[in-house]
Formats: sequence, structure tokens, C-alpha cells
Amino acid sequence: MTDQGDRWTAEQVLDLAPDDASRKAGGRLGGAGPWLQIGGSASGSVWGLCKGSGSKPYRTVVDLTGPAYKCSCPSRKFPCKHALGLLLLWSAEGAGEPAEAPDWAAQWLADRAAKVARPAGGRAAPVDEEGARRRAERRAARIDAGVTELEQRLADLLRGGLAGQEQAGYAGWEETAARMVDAQAPGLAGRVRELGTIPSCGPGWPARMLEEAALLHLLDRAWWGVAGLPEGLAATVRSRVGLPASEEGEAVRDRWLVLAQYDTVSPDGRLTTRRIWLRGLEGGRPALVLDFGPPGRPPGLAMPVGLVLEAEMCFRPGSAGLRADLGERFAAAVPCGEVPAGVSTGAALEAYGAALREDPWLESWPVVLGPVVPIPGELGWQLADAEGTSALPVPLTGGGSRSRGGLWQLAALSGGGPVTVFGECGHRGFTPLTAWQPDSTEPVALA
Amino acid sequence: MEKGDEGYGEWEELVAAALLGTDRRRGGGGGPTGSPEALLDAAAVHAVRRRAGLRPAAAHPRPAPAPRDPRPAPPQAAGRRLAQLLAGRSGAVNGGGRRGTAPDLTELLPQWLAAAARHGYRSPNALVPALLDAARARTDLRQQALALAGPRGLWLARMNPDWRFALRGGAGAGELPEVTDRVGVERLWQEGLFAERVALLGAVRAHEAAAAPRLLSTTWATERAEDRLMFLDSLRVGLSEGDEPFLEAALGDRSRNVRATAAELLSALPTSALAGRMAERALACVGPEGVTPPAECDAGMLRDGVVKRPPAGRGERAWWLGQLVEAAPLSCWRERFGGLGPAEIVALPVATGDGWTEELHAAWCRAAVRQRDALWSRALLGPASAPPAAGPGTASLAERAKLLETLPDAERAQWVAEFIRAHGLSEAFQLLGVCVVPWAGALGRAVVDALDTARDAGSYPWSFSGVMGLAERCLDPAEADRLEALTAAAQDLPDAAPGAAAYWAEAFQRLVATLRLRAAMLAELA
Repeated sequence: MTDQGDRWTAEQVLDLAPDDASRKAGGRLGGAGPWLQIGGSASGSVWGLCKGSGSKPYRTVVDLTGPAYKCSCPSRKFPCKHALGLLLLWSAEGAGEPAEAPDWAAQWLADRAAKVARPAGGRAAPVDEEGARRRAERRAARIDAGVTELEQRLADLLRGGLAGQEQAGYAGWEETAARMVDAQAPGLAGRVRELGTIPSCGPGWPARMLEEAALLHLLDRAWWGVAGLPEGLAATVRSRVGLPASEEGEAVRDRWLVLAQYDTVSPDGRLTTRRIWLRGLEGGRPALVLDFGPPGRPPGLAMPVGLVLEAEMCFRPGSAGLRADLGERFAAAVPCGEVPAGVSTGAALEAYGAALREDPWLESWPVVLGPVVPIPGELGWQLADAEGTSALPVPLTGGGSRSRGGLWQLAALSGGGPVTVFGECGHRGFTPLTAWQPDSTEPVALA
Repeated sequence: MEKGDEGYGEWEELVAAALLGTDRRRGGGGGPTGSPEALLDAAAVHAVRRRAGLRPAAAHPRPAPAPRDPRPAPPQAAGRRLAQLLAGRSGAVNGGGRRGTAPDLTELLPQWLAAAARHGYRSPNALVPALLDAARARTDLRQQALALAGPRGLWLARMNPDWRFALRGGAGAGELPEVTDRVGVERLWQEGLFAERVALLGAVRAHEAAAAPRLLSTTWATERAEDRLMFLDSLRVGLSEGDEPFLEAALGDRSRNVRATAAELLSALPTSALAGRMAERALACVGPEGVTPPAECDAGMLRDGVVKRPPAGRGERAWWLGQLVEAAPLSCWRERFGGLGPAEIVALPVATGDGWTEELHAAWCRAAVRQRDALWSRALLGPASAPPAAGPGTASLAERAKLLETLPDAERAQWVAEFIRAHGLSEAFQLLGVCVVPWAGALGRAVVDALDTARDAGSYPWSFSGVMGLAERCLDPAEADRLEALTAAAQDLPDAAPGAAAYWAEAFQRLVATLRLRAAMLAELA
């Protein structure tokens, strides 16, 4: 199934690390020093014994097709530093000729193989359709009430004028957001919170606030009329309001190239959201896989940038067809080895504009841009087409903006010359996430 | 929405209406914005239309492309290693004194940089910002890190105020004219900033030693005293007899510091006139018949850089004597002592007898270091196995380390190895610091054996953490296999400190891991 000739790069391994501390600890274990009995199987697994401070070495196994990890150490990090170290060592030196797994590794690998082979959606209990329908109706009624209240709140805002908002403070909006949570419309709650922060976001805020209030209003209206909307748009509205996807989406098999992976932490620091952008190499379809980490723990799903997974991606209905869940995988991930083709700045904005037809609330659209030249500026950075005079601004503050460090890295890669950049292109500009230098197929994930 | 776009005026009106509030507008007469709902409806249409119809902006002026760096990038594995080392730079210290079994990545960065420089690599582009950050945080890394970052690093530094430091000092050398371009050199020397001029002087000196004093003389009279001092100091590199006329002239400088530096440089040239004058004075004070320190500090001595006032607590005659002997060429003593060699001279009763001994030996040590005289250094160091206090020269480890530096590499390592075999590790740290990395076989073995002995003695390994750290960085990586045997956790010896055996095993594991890491690191760069 896999061939260990196509090993991952060290960056790709380190991308799996749940946090910085593990990354460093794993890096230190990535040499032959502490390891014994390293081996790998033809079916895509590696194992080894890692000498720690205790008398017994830790037993570490990694299933590369997952990837999934098993280690006898007490760490609750996932993958632990031993698994990372083992993968780093494998990435640097391989694991020798394919071999049979030793007993301690074989049992777990067999269990895993059995688990994966089981059909995915093994529905647990017979569905209580009548009960489900009643619950859905109750929830819809609560959302109806919430939407009515929110419309009232927006009308009050416009009646009194935005001018008072600068002094009004955030508390009122926080309360409205809490009401939306009570109404079981978390999507609306999030937008309301966002709206409340705009008056403190600097010059030009009234126009931005009007825009966001208007789009929220549009969503309220769409909710009321959701029964009459075309199926795709209706699904978008439901998911934007915050309902879970009701039906199974479309499954698409392709070789999916991982274009970016990054985490954002909610303002209260309690939830980590991991976004993973992929693109089908055959079909060209973009996909966004999300994973969430509970308080204090990073998300479990990790897909290193530059790897290609042959897999089925299950797209959720609505939201411009971006949201997907990773379905069955058919092979271990392998490095891509080519640079995806880029488009011009104009084409990038057109793609975003076209996607708004499916989802008018869409903030941005995934685009490979290039060749472009990064232009640093004290007031703002730009990415300019290598030919011509067009450029996209890079948002520096607010949602989706990246650290300055990543931008300097991008400038360093370009040296004033053209690069290929993957990122999110939206109404605020283009946020770079990954870059390729002209003479290399190695993607660089921007910090 | 931009000014001039279709619909921009209408949008402006909507924003104005929203700011004011529809209640206050109602009197103004209906329109699409009469009710809040109508206003929101209209704004929603505008918002989606604006987003869907966005067009690219006009590009700002592009940065000039970075100058080409002809050096190759290091192999991929080496680049990844550098990324790891740079990432480990911050917060590598995991609190507390105990370091565990993992190598300390921070300490390996200088070695990686030095090895990469030897191979003539440039930095991988993606790591240039991290290198600049490292150079900013650690001045000891600065020169190497900036050299590796090369022209792209300077190009980047020019755009980011955080990295302005990179444009100061010698690193600006990328901008220097060719040293053979007389007009360019002349112009930069006349008009350049201080840092550029220092860099230029260094480059000129490296190209043709004699050209540096020539360049200096053109503006010498107009330079500020502190600049004169810095320029003069830069002549230390490549010092030769050709510099004598310039230095001799500097003895008459207005600034005392400039005079002192000029005298020091001249005394390092044994054939200089100043060295001759100093020899004459010193020979008059010291001979087989005994030591008679100078009775006064005359104008000639002052001009030749002798400092008249001794530091507090020292007699002035001893102070003057020290300065004379220090600045006299060591070669003058053989004849004075009837053809004896340095070893015999330092052992003479005249030199060991009366109260001036210490003064005399200390001055000879300084002279040996300044004149880089291996013969005298060897004599003053004495046999490595002798107790430091009984040695002929100096008991100070710092002075001994300096003397050792004048010996050939192999001899230096041999001497320190013998010293460790005789006296253990407790005083070896400074001496090890001047040995060439990686340590020669005998030296490495002496250190490892001494560590093993220390373990058997039952003390904790952190009493030796300084030497341990040095060993991690300096032992030949090939020693790793031999060391493996020491990494096994042993039982505590009966009279050992509790738990010491486990800590020692851990320390040796870290040592081995670090050596293996260094071996891998160097192999990746090859």
C-alpha cells in the first residue's frame, strides 16, 4: 500500500506536532541516539524503542496511513514527542528494509487495520424519525424567535444611528450574542460578536459596520425565506445560522494536495480551530477541513503542507462547497513534488466574486496566486502580479490576518522576484499562507 | 468600494444615513432609506455587489531585486537542521538546572554556522528572517549569522527597522567598492559613515597591508580621538614592520590612549625602534647580577607609552619595571644571560630569588603572549604535570590560557591533556577553552577519563557542567561509540551522593546524543 521510499520531509513531520514544546522535544529525539530496533513495514508503518530516563524504553508505533500513533509513554500529547522523534528519524534516514512488526507493535497495527476496514458510517441505533422531526421543528421555532429579536436589534441600531456606537461599548452586543446562543443559532451569535467589535477597529468603521449589519440582516431575511430558496443556497443559510449539516454530502475521490494548515484560537482562548486547505490535483476542487481542539488541547487532525493524500473527501452541502470531511484514505500520504499553477490577482478576485453567488456571506476563497511579487510597505503590504500593475493588499489586522513574521518570510523567499503563493482571497485582501520559490517545488508554510 | 466606482456616491449616502439614524432623517423625505429595514436592504445589495465586483489595486513601487548570492544553498537536510536550531534558540532552557538527556540545540548553532561558512553555503531563503532575529538577539552569533544571510539578509534588513543593526558595522561590506578601485576607495574613505570606513579599512588591509596606513595618513590629522583609536586598533590584524613609521608617528599623538595603543603595537614588532629602546631600558634593569628597577619614569619612557602612575596598591618602580620588560623583545635576554635559553633563564636564581620575581615573570608572560613567542611560553608554562602554584611563570589560569594560545595546536592539546591527567577537571575549563575544536584524541580521552573518575568519586555531574558543556561542543564526534559504555545507568556507589549515578548516566547520554547530533549535522553539510 505504501512505499517508504516516499518519505515525508522533516517540516511535514513537525507540522503534526500538537504544540511548540512537542516540536522541540520531538526534534531532540529525531537522531539515532536514543533509538533501538527501528523498523518499518511495507504496509506503511514504522516502530522503534526509545530510551528515556526510565529503565524500560518506550514502545512507539506510527501508522503512516492515518497517521495514527501509539506509544507506551505517559504523555497525553498526541502525537507524543517519541512518535515525532521516530517520524523525524524515519524522514531523515528511513527505517531500513520493510520487515514484520514485532509483537508489541503488530497487535495495535492489526487492531487499527480492522477498525479502518469497518464501514465508516455504522449507524448505531435505528433512527427515531418522528422524534428527530419534532426536535428539528422545536429548534427552528427557537431560531425564528431569535432572528426576530435580532432584526429588532438591527432596526434599533439603524434608527438611532451608528454614530452612537463608538461610545455604546461592546456589552450590548455581547448580550445579544448570548441571546442568539440561547436561540440555538451559534452562527448568528458569532456574527453579532464580530459586529460589536467593529466600532473599535479604527478609521472607516461606520462603513464596515453598515456592511456587516446589512449582511446579518440579509441572513435573517434568508432564514425566514429559507423554504423558498434553491437547495444549495438554503443549505448555506442553515449552516451560516448555525445548524449542523442535515444530509450526507457528496463524496469526491481525488489526490488531495495539502495547501495550508493553520490554527486560530477563539478570543476567550478556549477553542482552537484548525483549518486545513486542500485541492484535488485531478479535479481542481478546493476543500476546507476543520478540526477543533478542546480547552488546553490542540486539534487532533494534522495534515502536513505539501503532502498528497489519495482519499475521499465528503463535501457538506452549502457554503460554496468548501467544507469537507476527510473520508476513506486509499494510501499513505506522499510528497507532491510540483508547484501548483497560479492565477493573476484579477482572476483571484473574480474567483472570490463567483463564489459569492453560492454564498454571499463568504469571507474569502482559496487561491493559488502567481507569479506575484510581495511588496513590503509600512502602511500595508501588497502582492503584485509579476507582469502588469495590479496588486492585492494583504490585510494586517482583524480576522484572517497573519503575523508579520510570515510576511517577512515571504519577502525573504522572493528577494524582490516572483513567487507562487497560496492563500485566502477575500474582500479584505489576500492573506498568504504558503509559498513556493521559483527554483523549488518545496512549499514553505509561512509562520 | 473605491471612490469613482459606479455606485460609490449611493453607498456614501447610505453610510451617512446609517451614521445619523433613520429617525433623524425621516423629515428629510422618504427615499429608499426611509425605514431601517429599507436601509439595511439597500446596504446588503451594495455590500454583496461591492465584494463580488472587487478589482485589484494599483501596485506600489516594487522593491529593487535582492543582489544575487552566488553561493549555493545548503543541502535540504542541513537547511532543516538549521531551522531546528533556530527554532530551539528561544526558550531552549527548560527551567531548572537539570538538562535531561537531550542535546542543547542553542549551543550548536555557532558550530553549524561556522561549518556552513567553511563549505561556502548561503542561508536557505526562508530562514533569513529567523537568522536576522537570532543575530539581533545574540551578538556572539551576529557576524556568522549575517555572513550566512548574505546579500539577501542585508536587502531584507533595509526594509525592516528591527533589523537595522545588520546595516551597521562590517556587515555593510556588500556595499564596498573594489579595493583596487582607487577613486571609489578614496571617495568612501572621505565621505563614508564611520562603520563603512571601518569596513573599508579592514578590506584594504586584507588586500594589501601597507595600503591601510597610507589610507589612514590621508585624513589622520582631522580624525576624532576615539576614531583614531579604533582605526589604530584595526592595524592589529596583519601587523608588520611596514607599519612602523606610521605607528612611530602616532607615539606623538595628542590622545594618551592612541599613544598607548601605538606603543603596544610597536612593542609587538621586535625589530622596531621602540622595541630597541625598551630593550635597552629593560637590559639595564635586569641581568645575571640581579634586578634593579628604574628609579624614575623619564620623558622618553613616557613617549614610548609607559604609564607613570601605578594602579592603587602597587609600587611605582615595580610598575615601571613590568612595563619595560613587557615591551622589550624577548630575544634580547639570551645574550644578556650569557647564551642561556628561556627555560634556563626563568629557572635562574636571579630571576627567582629576590622580591622582583613575580613582577619579572608576569612581565615575561605578557611579552610572550604579545610577541606570540612559543619558546618563552613553553618555558613559562613549565611541565603540565607540575602543580600550578609551583610553576615558573604564573599560577593564573587566564594567563596560562593566553600562553597556551601561542603554542602549536597539537602541543597545546597535549599540554592540556597532561594537565588534566595530573590535576583533574576543576581548573581545566579555561585551558580547554583555548584548544582547537574538535579536541585531539589524547585530549578528548583525558577529559572523558577525568569525567569518569569524577563519577566514581561520587559527586554530582553538575559540579562539572561547564566542562560537560564544553565536551558536548568540542569532543570529536567519533568518540561517541567509545562513550556509549558510560551511558548505562549504574547503581549508586556506597559513599556517593544519592542518585548521582542516574544523573551521571543522563549526562553521558546527553553527551553521546550531542556528539551524534554534531556528526549528523556536519555530515549533512558536507
